[in-house]
Amino acid sequence: MKLTSYVQERQLTVALAGEIDHHCAREMMEAISEKIDLYLPLRCILDFRDVRFMDSSGIAVVLHTLRRMNTLQGKLLLQNIPAQPYKVLRAAGIEKITEIKEECPQ
Amino acid sequence: MKSENYMELKFPSKSANEAFARAAVACFAAQLDPTLDELGDIKTAVSEAVTNCIVHAYPDELGEIVLKARILPDSVLDIVIKDRGRGIEDIEKARTPMFTTGGADRSGMGFTIMESFMTEFRLTSAPGKGTTVHMKRKIIRRGGKK
Repeated sequence: MKLTSYVQERQLTVALAGEIDHHCAREMMEAISEKIDLYLPLRCILDFRDVRFMDSSGIAVVLHTLRRMNTLQGKLLLQNIPAQPYKVLRAAGIEKITEIKEECPQ
Repeated sequence: MKSENYMELKFPSKSANEAFARAAVACFAAQLDPTLDELGDIKTAVSEAVTNCIVHAYPDELGEIVLKARILPDSVLDIVIKDRGRGIEDIEKARTPMFTTGGADRSGMGFTIMESFMTEFRLTSAPGKGTTVHMKRKIIRRGGKK
């Protein structure tokens, strides 16, 4: 699992990469939560640009992050979602409960 | 039905095998010349089924997962994923979107995704005996192919 992040004016951007499945999901959730707890952002952005594959484990990662941000009364935003992860997220209706920016289904 | 090609894999229920299983099926399916979208759907469905075996069929021990794939006439990919784990008590409930017994780590969307991403989906299970997922996906033939 690879994950890079940066913070600017209480906005935390986490760039996810590689394949998101059950094998790496928990580690990914914990890594994102750690960043959120450390920086207490008002807005968290998950960037999916480099995600090559995602199954429903990714939905749990998004929901987990959303719950963390809700308890901080912050916002979660998803961006640059490739077609395959986007289809999986849409199957769970994620677009109805989080903001999605710059989705890029092919 | 007569198959034009087939393969079979057996592997232990280790989570590292999720990526292996979906990649192997994707490689096997490549001979049908699927689009990236079709391949994405197949990989997602396989990943969901194998993850279910790992998380639910064998929660406390390693068990064996058998994955069979066949190419049927008219460009149909046929996939069977079978375990001998603890089985599903209530199939209807298990298939309900967002229902899970897997805790906060799981989304409860596995069966919903398998069902909607594949052309056919069948689930058989017996408590204490195991679960079999049978899925088919028709690959649309595109221009330029016979």
